[in-house]
Amino acid sequence: MNAVAKKASWDEAYNFAYLDEQTKRMIRRALLKAVAIPGYQVPFGGREMPLAYGWGTGGMQVTASVIGPSDTLKVIDQGADDTTNAVSIRRFFKRVAGVATTEATEEASVIQTRHRIPEKPLKEGQVLVYQVPQPEPLRKLEPRETETRKMHGYAEYGLMHVRLYEDISRFGHIATTYSYPVMVNGRYVMSPSPIPKFDNPKMENNKAIQLFGAGREKRIYAIPPYTRVKSLDFDDHPFEVQRWPQACALCGARNSYLDEVVLDDKGGRMFVCSDTHFCADRQEKGHRGPMAADPAARAFARSSETSEQKEDDGR
Amino acid sequence: MSDGNPMLTAPDMEGLKPGFSEPVFEAQVAFRTVLNAMSYAGRVHALETKLDPPAPLDPAMAALALTLFDFDTPVWLDAAAADGGTPDFLRFHCGAPLVAALGEARFAVVADPSKMPPFDRFAIGEDRYPDRSATLLIQVPSLTGGPAMAWRGPGIDGATTVAIAGLPADFWAQWADNHALYPLGVDVVFAAGRALVGLPRGIQVEG
Ligand SMILES: [Zn+2]
Repeated sequence: MNAVAKKASWDEAYNFAYLDEQTKRMIRRALLKAVAIPGYQVPFGGREMPLAYGWGTGGMQVTASVIGPSDTLKVIDQGADDTTNAVSIRRFFKRVAGVATTEATEEASVIQTRHRIPEKPLKEGQVLVYQVPQPEPLRKLEPRETETRKMHGYAEYGLMHVRLYEDISRFGHIATTYSYPVMVNGRYVMSPSPIPKFDNPKMENNKAIQLFGAGREKRIYAIPPYTRVKSLDFDDHPFEVQRWPQACALCGARNSYLDEVVLDDKGGRMFVCSDTHFCADRQEKGHRGPMAADPAARAFARSSETSEQKEDDGR
Repeated sequence: MSDGNPMLTAPDMEGLKPGFSEPVFEAQVAFRTVLNAMSYAGRVHALETKLDPPAPLDPAMAALALTLFDFDTPVWLDAAAADGGTPDFLRFHCGAPLVAALGEARFAVVADPSKMPPFDRFAIGEDRYPDRSATLLIQVPSLTGGPAMAWRGPGIDGATTVAIAGLPADFWAQWADNHALYPLGVDVVFAAGRALVGLPRGIQVEG
C-alpha cells in the first residue's frame, strides 16, 4: 500500500498535496509525537491551507502530510459523502494530489471526517483524520491556554468532572451529547471533536490510526490503534450512548446513528442513517426500512446515492 | 532537501552519496512507514527504499533521517555514525545542525547501540510540553534475532513478543525508567536493513 507503485498525476502548479515539504516535515514530526503521547495536543507551525477556518483546514493539513499517490481518500461531513464541505475537500485532493477517491469506507486508506466516525468498523492500516474546530476540552471552563496546559500537564481534571456533574444536577443526566470528553490511555482528557457521543465507544481499541487536526489553534493529537479511550462518567451516572426507538426508515438498521429528515412541509419526516454509505450499502444488500417504498423517502435516498456522479459532472 | 546548489558542492563533498531521487514521494512512503511503526508498536514494518547511504547507515535509518531532519532539528550522532560520510550526508541533504550536547538533540542517530549513552542524558520533554523530547533512532543488527521481550501498551492488542538484537545489557532496565516518566520520556525507532520497529514511551517492556 505504501509503495511508490503508482505514478502520481496531479496539478503540478502545486507541490504534491499542496503543502511544501518543510511544512509537511513539521507536521509529520508533530504526528509522530502525537501518536507517542495519545490524547496530548502537540502544537505545530506551518503554512495555511487555501480554505477558511471551519472548513477543516487542520484536518486537511494532516491529510496532506500523510497522503501519497497510492492512497484512496474518503471524505465525510456529518456522515455524508455528498455535502458541500466533503465534496470540495475531496475535489481539492483529487486536484493537488491526484489520489483516487471513494465513498466506500472499506476501500479507503485515508478517511477525513467532520463530526462522525463511520459505522463500518475500520481496519488496520486505515487512517482516520478528524477535522477539529476546538481541540481544548477544558476551554469552556478555562479560557487561558497557559492554565489549560498546566491542567493537562499535572492531570488536574477535577473541573471537567464538576462540569459534567452540573449537567446531572440540572438535568438528572449528563446532557452533553457532542464533543463528549474522553480519557485517553488513562492520562489525557481529550476532545473527540464534535462527534455525537454515540461514536465515542468506537474510538477505543479501534484498529485504525486516529489523527486529529485543529487548524485555527494549530494543534495535532492522536489515538493509536488498540488504545484505552474512556468517556468520562460517574459510578452513579455511567456513560450511555444515544438510542432511537425506531430503525432507519430506509435500510432498517437498528444500530446506527440516525438523523431526522424533513420530507415535506406537511410534517412528513423520517429517521435515517447519518452514514450515507453505510445506509446505501445495506439497501443494496436488500435490507429495507419501514419507509423504503415511500416515494418522498426514495427521492431523498436517490439524491444522496448519486453524489459521486454529480461531482464528476461538476468538474 | 538537496537542490544541487553548486556552492554546497565543495571538493570535500566528492564521494557524497545521493539522497532520495524523488524526495516528495520517497519521504511520504518513509513517513507512512514510521507512522505505522510508531502506531502499531512492536511490529516489524518493511520500508521500501533504493537509498545507498554512507556507512555505517542502513537504508532504513538513512530514509528516516532524510524524511524527518531539517534545519529545525538538532541532531546528535554517536561516534560510529560521526565517523565517515554520514555527517556530510546529513548536512548536505537535510541541512540539519549536528550538535555535541545530547540534551539539545531532537533526534539521535545511534549506529552502535552497544556504546550508546544513557537515555536520561537526552531531552525527556516538559510537563506542559512532553512533545519536546528526543527521538532516538537506533540501528541494530536484527529486529527479530535478539532476546524475546513482552511489549504492552497503546498500539498493541494485548501483548506482543519483540526480539531486538544488539542492545546493551541494561537497555531494558533503562527503558523501564523511561516508561515510568510517562507522559514524559524519549521515543525510540529501531532500524535494521530496510525495516523499522517503533517503541514509543508508553510501551511497557518485560523480559
Ligand atoms: Zn439506514
